Amino acid sequence: MKNKFFPIFIIFVFISIFIIFYKGLQDTNFYTPETKVNNEIPSFSAELFYSNKIVNSSEIFELNKFYLLNIWSSWCMPCRQEHSLLMDLTKNKNIEVIGINYKDTKINAKNFLNELGNPYKKIIFDKDGTKAIEWGAYGVPESFLIYNNKVKKKYIGPLNNKIIKEIRFTVK
Amino acid sequence: MKILKLFLIIFFIFSFNHLKANNEIIKNKITKNLRCLICQGQSVYDSDSEFANSLKVLVDKKLNEGFSEKQIYSYFKDKYGEWILYDPKFNKNTYILWLLPILIFLIGGAIISKSFIIKKK
Repeated sequence: MKNKFFPIFIIFVFISIFIIFYKGLQDTNFYTPETKVNNEIPSFSAELFYSNKIVNSSEIFELNKFYLLNIWSSWCMPCRQEHSLLMDLTKNKNIEVIGINYKDTKINAKNFLNELGNPYKKIIFDKDGTKAIEWGAYGVPESFLIYNNKVKKKYIGPLNNKIIKEIRFTVK
Repeated sequence: MKILKLFLIIFFIFSFNHLKANNEIIKNKITKNLRCLICQGQSVYDSDSEFANSLKVLVDKKLNEGFSEKQIYSYFKDKYGEWILYDPKFNKNTYILWLLPILIFLIGGAIISKSFIIKKK
């Protein structure tokens, strides 16, 4: 009796292990932090890129207005790709684009903006990357749609036409 | 008198060193307990990525501002979620993780004790 069921049991065990591992292969194990929607924007003091003034984040964002906060850097290739889309977005009067310059030197960043144009109303200079952490970001590029001091949406990675369309639709 | 002064100066230097070292130990402990989100399977302490380096700077800043270890953990948990901590809390999502080893231990114990009882018979 025992001998009869034993091989079947072993085969069953191996098949179930195989299925588990096979499923595991298809799973991506990259973790992306959960996007908490309607989260209050963080409050911090930051240095502005051009004027070198120290401001509080609450002075940058006004109520009843849409903002797109874009974290960028001159050394980041995807930022270069999405830049034309940001330039396009500046034509829209309902939204302002705010930049966070992430771990960059001012010379490189200025060259980048001179070459591709400056879509940003204001730029926060984030030399050591700590301001981006306040936002819960972990790389470049990342964008946040902000309304009434709340994060409405978070976009990880470069923006694309579909996202821009979505943003346009939201701010209308 | 001179010797006393010198002694005092040396004493102060060493005592400050100790303070700094103490902070360093806590910082290392905290960064070892934080997961680097862009490098898989590495702690912030082990990693040299841009993200991890900024996190280290921020932990340093928070410690200097007088944050406690727990406050720093909850600060990062607030920003990035539970995943950033290497020590997940016991809740409805993690109870299997915590209870499975105990369960396996009990089942194993049951099997062993059962086979012993059978042998005795």
